[in-house]
Amino acid sequence: MREHLPILLVILPLLAAPICSVLPRGRLAWLLATLVSWAVLAIAAILLVRVQAEGVISYAVGGWPAPIGIEYRLDGLNALVQLLVAALAACVLPFAGRSVDDEIAADRQPGFYALMLLLIAGLLGIVATGDTFNVFVFLEISSLATYALIALGRDRRALLAAYRYLILGSIGATFYLIGIGLLYALTGTLNMQDLAARLPAVADSRTAHTAVTLVMVGLGIKMALFPLHLWLPNAYRFAPSAISALLPATATKVAVYLMLRFVFDIFGVDFAFGRLALNEVLLALAAAAMLSASLAAMQQRNVKGILAYSSVAQVGYIVLGAALATPTGLTASLLHLFNHALMKGALFMALGCVMLRVGRCDLDAIRGLGRRMPWTAAAFVVAGLSLVGVPLTAGFISKWYLVLAALEAGWWPLVILILVASLMALIYVWRVVALAYFAPNECRRREEAPLSMLVPLWILVLANVWFGIDTRLSVGMAEAGVRVLMGGTP
Amino acid sequence: MSWLGHFNYWVVIIVMMTGLYMAVAQSDLMRKLIGVTLFQTAVFFLYISFGYVRGAQVPILTEGAERYSNPLPHVLILTAIVVGVATTALGLALVVRIRERYGSIDEAELATLADEVEDLEPRDDFDDQDEHH
Repeated sequence: MREHLPILLVILPLLAAPICSVLPRGRLAWLLATLVSWAVLAIAAILLVRVQAEGVISYAVGGWPAPIGIEYRLDGLNALVQLLVAALAACVLPFAGRSVDDEIAADRQPGFYALMLLLIAGLLGIVATGDTFNVFVFLEISSLATYALIALGRDRRALLAAYRYLILGSIGATFYLIGIGLLYALTGTLNMQDLAARLPAVADSRTAHTAVTLVMVGLGIKMALFPLHLWLPNAYRFAPSAISALLPATATKVAVYLMLRFVFDIFGVDFAFGRLALNEVLLALAAAAMLSASLAAMQQRNVKGILAYSSVAQVGYIVLGAALATPTGLTASLLHLFNHALMKGALFMALGCVMLRVGRCDLDAIRGLGRRMPWTAAAFVVAGLSLVGVPLTAGFISKWYLVLAALEAGWWPLVILILVASLMALIYVWRVVALAYFAPNECRRREEAPLSMLVPLWILVLANVWFGIDTRLSVGMAEAGVRVLMGGTP
Repeated sequence: MSWLGHFNYWVVIIVMMTGLYMAVAQSDLMRKLIGVTLFQTAVFFLYISFGYVRGAQVPILTEGAERYSNPLPHVLILTAIVVGVATTALGLALVVRIRERYGSIDEAELATLADEVEDLEPRDDFDDQDEHH
């Protein structure tokens, strides 16, 4: 049992999904999905502790050893990302119960939870596997589940958003597939470790350069890197609330993890950043993402829209740290990956509470929220401060490291860029907060969201504060991840 | 290697680019989907071409056969075909639902329809709120 934990993590939600879909009532399906997500969180925590104590865990799926068989390989980096995905899922699923009751028709609820479990299984699979083709399969499992989940949104525009994401997402996944196909044709292997060992010998061919480009563009679409982010704002905006809380916190993060894995572990920094100068491209795109998406966020009239564009900007921060390719830069990148999941999860969950009680999420709906839903509004404020990067919140820590990394590398214009983008974040968060607390509203009733939604929300909010004050855990884990990427001992 | 020696790859490139162009340029949602399917199919062909070994046998253990073509790309593509079928099915289902809710599947027309909803009072964001209740 103990040695099978890595595969159990993926198999458990994968097997629970069809069971969920045949359960007669939405409540039962919700209960099963929630229990599974907690079990998954427990397994992910055990695995992270084991990786930290014993080093890399390699699991041969079906007993076929790598590189012939598929290998699940857990090190300090992906064990952390796995825990992040599992933790967010374990927070969002209890929250989903009431929200889904309100937004999804009763006969569709079992299917909804089944899709959610498939999404979680897909994401965990992408992170766990050490095989590039297996990544493609899990990528498509999670993507297909996502398209269907977005389409279940109540607004008819959810259908269009899902369709556009399906077209772009399929093209992205196919780019990735061509990329690893070319790599396989060059090296004869699909195993990540094996690829890393064999690629340098053939790295100077045009095929290798094409393969790198295709993989990076494919992943760029999946992680919504500017200018490949067009699918994201509407997808987040019109998806059911529980999904718009889960997706920004996990799906784009997993794609970013894949990019880090490919650039630093498989292609190697010397090849991808040195000879192909990918870091310059990423740096430019990250800067453009931070500015243009923050500008767009400031102009949104819907709070979900504001947060969705802000997510695009935050992906910019994460990529910026990685593109610096220094240990501090990578630490900043991983920290922001982790912290941004916490803050966006909390912010979108707060909006889920608003959707439940007010029924919409435009700026007018926020008016007077401080009196109407004090706990929800307070949660939004704290998570919003974390998004801006105010001291004593998690967002401050990752931005602090990012500024340090930029200074270390001697890129002071980047420091200005980070500060300007943070100021813009302050403006778009302030617009919402000001309406919630200082705008007159005729509705004076108190209608707080139910506890089943407030408790998971506040767990995430408190995590934002906790990781802003006590940084030992998060920085320690991020540094362990960086050691993996920089080729040290895990 | 002559120009014709790369015949497979030329076909792959032509089909792939046709599909990608359709997916980007067509405004009809059905045709876009056909484009994506073509694009994916070209990749299947690309993989199968990788597996080809000159003068080799079908990869089934037989007496006297010395060289086999590479079976791995075939297996990979079986998986990718399943994924492709699922994507197409989901895409078609979405097109049907879009047609039901909007009465159109033309991108340009849909853009104007969607804008109209956006310009209405925010309450109308949920024009179909009562559908499920």
